[in-house]
Amino acid sequence: MYSQGLIGAGSKNIETPEFLAAFQARIDADEKIEPNDPMPVAYRKTLIRQIGQHAHSEIVGMLPEGNWITRAPTLRRKAALLAKVQDEGGHGLYLYSAAETLGVSRKEMTEELISGRAKYSSIFNYPTQTWADIGTIGWLVDGAAIMNQVPLCRCSYGPYARAMIRVCKEESFHQRQGYEIMLTLAEGTVAQKDMAQDALNRWWWPSLMMFGPPDGDSLHSDQSTLWKIKRFSNDELRQKFVDATVPQALRLGLTLPDEALAWNEVEGRYDYGQIDWDEFWAVVKGHGPLNKDRVAARKKAWDEGAWVREAAMAHAKKREQLAVSPMAAE
Amino acid sequence: MQKPLFLALLQLADDHLILGHRLSEWCGHAPMLEEDLAMPNIALDLIGQARALYSYAGVVEEAGRDEDVLAFGRIEREYQNLLICELENGDFAQTMLRQFYFASFMLLFWERAQVSSDTTVAAIAAKAVKEAKYHRRHCGEWVIRLGDGTEESALRMQAACAFLEPYLGEFFYVDGVALEMAENSTLPDLLSLRGAWLADVSEVFGAAQISPPNLSHAHKGGRQGRHTECMGHLLAQLQYMQRSFPNMTW
Amino acid sequence: MRKNVNNLPCLQWLQNERNLVTVIQDIPLWEVFIRPRNGLAHRHCGSLHATDAEMALQAARDVYTRRGEGLSVWVIPSAQIVASDPQDRDEMFDPSDDKIYRHPNFYNIPDDVGHM
Repeated sequence: MYSQGLIGAGSKNIETPEFLAAFQARIDADEKIEPNDPMPVAYRKTLIRQIGQHAHSEIVGMLPEGNWITRAPTLRRKAALLAKVQDEGGHGLYLYSAAETLGVSRKEMTEELISGRAKYSSIFNYPTQTWADIGTIGWLVDGAAIMNQVPLCRCSYGPYARAMIRVCKEESFHQRQGYEIMLTLAEGTVAQKDMAQDALNRWWWPSLMMFGPPDGDSLHSDQSTLWKIKRFSNDELRQKFVDATVPQALRLGLTLPDEALAWNEVEGRYDYGQIDWDEFWAVVKGHGPLNKDRVAARKKAWDEGAWVREAAMAHAKKREQLAVSPMAAE
Repeated sequence: MQKPLFLALLQLADDHLILGHRLSEWCGHAPMLEEDLAMPNIALDLIGQARALYSYAGVVEEAGRDEDVLAFGRIEREYQNLLICELENGDFAQTMLRQFYFASFMLLFWERAQVSSDTTVAAIAAKAVKEAKYHRRHCGEWVIRLGDGTEESALRMQAACAFLEPYLGEFFYVDGVALEMAENSTLPDLLSLRGAWLADVSEVFGAAQISPPNLSHAHKGGRQGRHTECMGHLLAQLQYMQRSFPNMTW
Repeated sequence: MRKNVNNLPCLQWLQNERNLVTVIQDIPLWEVFIRPRNGLAHRHCGSLHATDAEMALQAARDVYTRRGEGLSVWVIPSAQIVASDPQDRDEMFDPSDDKIYRHPNFYNIPDDVGHM
């Protein structure tokens, strides 16, 4: 879901200056780049990494919320949560599809993820400990995702932009689902309100970290901005998110765990406290609470599913002899 | 003494909720991403049908119990689902086979229930029949692919058949409730579905290169609230929030 | 497939066998086209992986029509799509640009003739 300051962009360009200039001119004219269009190697590589990370984030993102499907407190919440987690799987699928138009296969990307080499959004390395975490994730994490995704609907690469449009249409229910849960809890019993406040205390700072390192520390953002793969800077999006979310928290009657949070009348935005970048980098480098568990879960699903995929392939070869599926005639 | 219609609806609702709950456990762990979308679709259909059935059951009971009170608020001995619904998922072969058995049965059941003497049941059936048709198609395809795929998948499918076989006869177990529902044309006569179900299963099994199941030794008890050992653990998860935080709005 | 000479439990033995087998082919990619309602044409909406046509059709329904987006689905293996090469854009599409006599406003019809 999120680009976290793509560390280490593409290799040295060997294309001519004329070619690069012509390509840049197309981008500047707001033309969409489509599959198989001539494009710099670095553009292709950066997109593969960014779209791949985004796709992996959606897939890994199924796990923290999936953790509560069997314990959802009502049938309505159970159905909504199952549909939301299913959507996340769908988003991963749309994004893998978009990446595949750039010449990488879903299998290769999956192998990158389960080997631990590929990155995905750091937020999903935190545990969902209570039902209120589910509300908080929908409200904050999907809220942050929307901040990032809406501008990407206008990114320069056609298939990615189109996938993002589809994702954004589906994402709006996700945030509303989360916020509605928070409202119900905040307006409920003392135990429920405490549960909501506790979840907010634990998820607020990691949500701010989702936007990546501060602009000064973010490598290779300039080229992505020039190529219209990244439309706003990390800090710009983070600020937008804070400004949108603080009133929502106030409406809930909950307190944000930041003593430095204050409305800045002069600048017309909220000032907020210092993010713990040590925690951020530790999690990005694999030392978050659940990094190993998340990757292990995806690896387990992939490995244990191998016999199924092999059987399906083997059967398909046999089915080539049949004109029509045995089940199809009704 | 509870009304037979109430009990019949509860049986059906429990079948669908418990099985939907089991299937939802796969979410995020399926063998391929497309199945991580397909299985939740089936589970959502089942949960949706459960909700309609619980709601109607609550209306019929007239004791003020809504879908959630019924779904989350009973003790284990009060759940009346078929045993096959509560069994653990096992591997993908066992999951798909169990789902195929259930979908094939429910398709026949809902088709006939569309002409129920009870208009609410008929309406529920009209919607459910379309869903069951798709479930049968989807899961039947997997039974065939796995039964007639590789040596490993064939072995796993055979193991699944052996494991599930003792739970099949219960589909056609006619208790007092089922008898009365059939007599007043509210729900289909279960025994009348047996031949068609066996024929459907045999056809799919033929394509899957598996021998048809033997229904002679069937476990029973689900309809009387006598469950397997997995039911308690399932309910411990399902009911956790409502038991830990009773009488709250979610 | 070798004999299970050590009498390992069947699934264990098969697991070992699988590890020796070379990597299988990727599951094929399919492109998906959906017709939202009658009167409109099928539109490309993305891709998915499936091993056979029936799986592709069902996956397309499960992935791309969860919000009533369509009444009709086409799926086709991506490898079977024949596409124009973007490098050939000039020769494929530029020549049609200057054939302005194909467009109605090339022709002068006096206003008093009425609508034409």
